[in-house]
Amino acid sequence: MDQFTLNLLFVGGSFALYIGIAIWARAGSTSEFYAAGRGVHPITNGMATAADWMSAASFISMAGLIAFGGYTTSAYLMGWTGGYVLLALLLAPYLRKFGKFTVPEFIGDRFYSPTARMVGVAALIIASITYVIGQMTGVGVAFSRFLEVDNTTGLLIGATIVFFYAVLGGMKGVTYTQVAQYCVLIMAYTIPAIFISLQLTGNPLPWAGLFGMDVASGEPLLARLNDVVTDLGFREYTLQDGSPAQVINMVLFTLSLMIGTAGLPHVIIRFFTVPKVSDARLSAGWALVFIALLYLTAPAVGAMARLNITDLMWPDGPSGQAVSVETIDTDPKYGWMETWQKTGLLDWEDKNNDGKIQYYNDAAPSLQERAAAEGWAGNELTKFNRDILVLANPEIGNLPGWVIGLVAAGGLAAALSTAAGLLLAISSSISHDLIKGQLNPNISEKNELLAARLSMAVAIAVATYLGLNPPGFAAQTVALAFGLAASSIFPALMMGIFFKRINNYGAVAGMLTGLTFTLVYIFMHKGWLFIPGTNQFPDTIEGSLLGIQSTAIGSIGALLNFIVAYFVSNATEEPPQEIQDLVESIRIPKGSAAATLDH
Amino acid sequence: MADNSPNNEYWAANIRVIKICLVIWALVSFGFGILLRPLLLGISVGGTDLGFWFAQQGSIITFIVLIFFYAWYVNRLDKKFGVEE
Repeated sequence: MDQFTLNLLFVGGSFALYIGIAIWARAGSTSEFYAAGRGVHPITNGMATAADWMSAASFISMAGLIAFGGYTTSAYLMGWTGGYVLLALLLAPYLRKFGKFTVPEFIGDRFYSPTARMVGVAALIIASITYVIGQMTGVGVAFSRFLEVDNTTGLLIGATIVFFYAVLGGMKGVTYTQVAQYCVLIMAYTIPAIFISLQLTGNPLPWAGLFGMDVASGEPLLARLNDVVTDLGFREYTLQDGSPAQVINMVLFTLSLMIGTAGLPHVIIRFFTVPKVSDARLSAGWALVFIALLYLTAPAVGAMARLNITDLMWPDGPSGQAVSVETIDTDPKYGWMETWQKTGLLDWEDKNNDGKIQYYNDAAPSLQERAAAEGWAGNELTKFNRDILVLANPEIGNLPGWVIGLVAAGGLAAALSTAAGLLLAISSSISHDLIKGQLNPNISEKNELLAARLSMAVAIAVATYLGLNPPGFAAQTVALAFGLAASSIFPALMMGIFFKRINNYGAVAGMLTGLTFTLVYIFMHKGWLFIPGTNQFPDTIEGSLLGIQSTAIGSIGALLNFIVAYFVSNATEEPPQEIQDLVESIRIPKGSAAATLDH
Repeated sequence: MADNSPNNEYWAANIRVIKICLVIWALVSFGFGILLRPLLLGISVGGTDLGFWFAQQGSIITFIVLIFFYAWYVNRLDKKFGVEE
């Protein structure tokens, strides 16, 4: 059986499974559509949250960024897990006690203001759409390779499939579908990592292998990786750039991802679906356990892939001869390069016509002498899209065909599950918060569901359109979404629970300041509405407006949100007594009831 | 409000444990993983140093322990103050 058929079999088989579950668990009422009738066990909920959470950014994109970025990219690892601590300690149990369905609903009730609720809806939609764009980037990469179609066709097929099962299932369908997706994606991520860890270190546990011995050389794996990359003029893999600007950016970026995690509506909405307040705390813990299985593997995948790629390009070691064009064309070990070249995401060029492909950092001063002596004309591995690394990894490691098919299915599961969860959050905030809560309170249940489904269709069309021209690699686009959520939603929720004195004026002013500041800063560096070329500043630490990259700016937005909310609230009157009583009541678990749809 | 005071005590105890957990949360990630990494360079772990391990794995493991500890501790608080569901 050829690889294409095998991929199709794995991808098709897994899709059939998800759609089957979605149809089986079809939502009957609005309450089930949004929150699965609250009958979800913490472990099940944790697993579904993990699938919801780990998107194309975590699965397809992150290890590639780690592989080529080294230590600095640890911000992704800490940021995308540390947010769960904030969720479990600061938000989840109280939002569950509050007992409504959506994040804007909480904001609207706590700040006794339809305006606050509408600002919440706006923040949620902006952050979620940005997030879905990142997913679409991942879906495009995965489909372009595995179905051997172009990027646009891949995107359209993926968008259609997400739309169908999100619309059919609602939350309940999504919950059980996502449990299945978690199982597929975690196997797809860990199995190739185990193979590669065994090959390189003899240790079947990738997270232990990362800090283990490299069998071929007898040195620690990371020490050898540091040696080979520095020999080629790249930054030492584990090195920390201690300059204040770098350290500040890494701290702010990590913080932005953490508070963004705790502010993303599709993750928070999960904690509305557990039976009890104490289950909400546990659910966050279980979610992180299931997430950590991938996040502890990712740095191993990144480091080992970087080593494998370097070894393939320099078969005699970095001081020997580079790989020849003939070898790349004929040796089956290099077959992955040819297949990925077809997608346009990987490319090489024999610039100096010596029949060899020299992969090195042509900007490094340490290599200028050698390059001149050996007649190199610059780096000849001209293009290596970071988003292909995880998907190409089993081929780079020369693993069996079924592993490659499994990874294809896993990558798509990751992208599709998150996209579905986000679409649900977008649709419920439009149909429930905007239409039922604001425009037409007397809407029938049937029409509310119809509005939810229509808004899903519109959201996916917008995200697909913008996904054709994404502002960065999948994980970077998603990081922007986190910054937006961090600057708007998290501070409002947290202050709503922990500071009784915050009133409607403070919350609205804070959210608007945080969101506007972050969005404008991102657009100034990434292009207005993400249209390439419309940015005023380059998105580098040195070139940016405040010396902070757009992915890290959410922390500053959140800080502004807190400060503005605090001062505006203190300058205006205290919240009414019934709101202060509401805050008192959500702080204690006693007396929690199932959520109601009414106000 | 006399009947409210156990709730206030419960809330104060809850805030205390949240603060402790958040200090540890920040220490392992922003501390050991980033800002204090230069101080940990002397402690080597598998070809690199302890700070690198915290940035890539140690912080994540600590986060999990923190959440389960908090869930367990607050469940006890709930019972102690009679505010459980």
